[in-house]
Amino acid sequence: MIENQKLIELINVYKIYLMGNEQVYANDNINLTINRGEFVAIVGKSGSGKSTLMNIIGALDKPTSGKYILNGRDTFTMTDDELAEIRNKTVGFIFQQYNLLPKLNLLENVELPLLYAGISNKERQRRALESLARVGLKEKYANMPNQLSGGQQQRVSIARALAGNPSLLLADEPTGALDSKTSREVLNFIKKLHSEGNTIVMITHDNAIALEAKRIVRIKDGQIIFDGTSDEYKEAIEQGLK
Amino acid sequence: MIQSFKLAINSILTNKMRSFLTMLGIIIGVAAVIILVSVVSGYMGQVIESFASMGVNRISINVRNTRTRSLDDKVMYEFLDENYEIVNKLSPEVSVSGTVKNGNNSLTSTTIMGVSEDYMDIVSYKLEQGRNLSYSDLAGRSAVCVIGYYVAYDLFGSSDKAINDSLKVNGKPLTIVGVIEPQEEIKNMSEGGTDDFVWMPYTLATKMTRNGNISNYYINSVDTSYTDEITDKLKSTLYGIFKSENFYSVFANSSIISELDSSIGTLSALLGGIAGISLLVAGIGVMNIMLVSVTERTREIGIRKALGAKQGVIMQQFVIEAAVTSTLGGLIGIILGSVLTSVVGAAMSITCYPTIGSIILSVSVSVGIGLLFGYLPAKRAAVLNPIDALRTD
Repeated sequence: MIENQKLIELINVYKIYLMGNEQVYANDNINLTINRGEFVAIVGKSGSGKSTLMNIIGALDKPTSGKYILNGRDTFTMTDDELAEIRNKTVGFIFQQYNLLPKLNLLENVELPLLYAGISNKERQRRALESLARVGLKEKYANMPNQLSGGQQQRVSIARALAGNPSLLLADEPTGALDSKTSREVLNFIKKLHSEGNTIVMITHDNAIALEAKRIVRIKDGQIIFDGTSDEYKEAIEQGLK
Repeated sequence: MIQSFKLAINSILTNKMRSFLTMLGIIIGVAAVIILVSVVSGYMGQVIESFASMGVNRISINVRNTRTRSLDDKVMYEFLDENYEIVNKLSPEVSVSGTVKNGNNSLTSTTIMGVSEDYMDIVSYKLEQGRNLSYSDLAGRSAVCVIGYYVAYDLFGSSDKAINDSLKVNGKPLTIVGVIEPQEEIKNMSEGGTDDFVWMPYTLATKMTRNGNISNYYINSVDTSYTDEITDKLKSTLYGIFKSENFYSVFANSSIISELDSSIGTLSALLGGIAGISLLVAGIGVMNIMLVSVTERTREIGIRKALGAKQGVIMQQFVIEAAVTSTLGGLIGIILGSVLTSVVGAAMSITCYPTIGSIILSVSVSVGIGLLFGYLPAKRAAVLNPIDALRTD
């Protein structure tokens, strides 16, 4: 089933902001399809519209016009609560700033998406611990986030993203706040998740990081200016792609 | 739901000072409501009790100008017989003016009255010693009397010495058959006071007075609830005799109490209302703090929403936080109010205890405040856009 292969489908997507009297096209006619099991990097400079695109892909925001179909469902007509539900069931977020809740311990943090999915207490705990085990932090489950290093916090945030067993892992500058050694570890972990069959979309401004992905989409001024494999991207850069 | 309570308590604990100050408004408001309502109702209870000791079931009849007209005791005893189900006691009251003497000792301000055997019960007095007037005393116009403790003490030295001795009222010797127990402390008794009286059979008293007519009657109803009915019946009976309302008056003691009751009720509601305003102000304080709390936790709300929290869940979290804050404040207020109620009561020497009504009222008001004033900030939190919320630091 070809149709079922498509996890993400953006058709003529526009996102227009009003800045005073001026219309700003943050996304300007984006057409993009991402299949299950892909590892895609969306790369662009700041202000290129990649964050806007991420918000739409992550169902945090709706396009001004056009269609965005996530897991077979069009988000355009969805209410706030329906978007919350689809985020909860379909998307696992990995944020640049980890976005762990400082007053909750690691287990409670990882449990959050399961809590909102209405999973029972016992099952929630089991799955959260399992998820923490996957990132190697099971023993620290009772710790508070501020007792952990940046790399460890990012791993907790990955565990939280994995806990709900989502169809899509959406990573927004996952290494942006980490030193190069820890960045390496986190990237390797993301690659491992991809090799286990997870669909990953990673947003970054850094070409070197983007090249870790299998497929690269480059955004400039709200439009896709490149879409190809990492090898093709390398070549394009050598030929002067900006 | 349990999670929301946990979060609420966590949030209150992390901002102890702020939470306490928010609660303080509610604590003061709730305590004020309890203290005011309880003290007022305690005071009211005391006032009513003191009236009750005067006889809530008593109805008095006064006939004006008895020189030219009179109300025969037979009429009144017929009335008693006809209404035996609701009226159980009757006593005429005949005032005799004069002096009371024992040998050379005399009293000039003593209240001397002719009454029936029911009089002692109507005024709720009790015997110290001896017996009450009896029906045969009345029928036979016996020269006997029952005296107040002051008369016994002043004229005879003690109740023991007075009993079975005799005294003279306007020269007429009367045998003392009973002494009424002291109504006041002995050291507070005085001439003309509540313990300075002589009761004799009214049949005898009418003989001793110049015109021999009875101007006053006292009636006791079986229960306070019948006093209105009896009053109405009395009025129509008396109207039948006198053909004019100007010649008599009928007065039920219970009417004072119901009047008193309603005016104290108004006072109580007024004071409660003033205290209620402080609860309203406290509620606005809760709302203010919740708005601050929402602003402070914008990022947290963003994260929660990004992870799939629906509006209802976020809303619930903040409403519960507000409700827990105000309920806690309410509970502390109840404790404080209850303690202060007894302190204030003791200071004003009123027996009062926190009324169940005031506690229920203030608990429901404080929980209500939490829900009501928590709603707006919670709504604001719930509709936050997750992207904007995530962007704030």
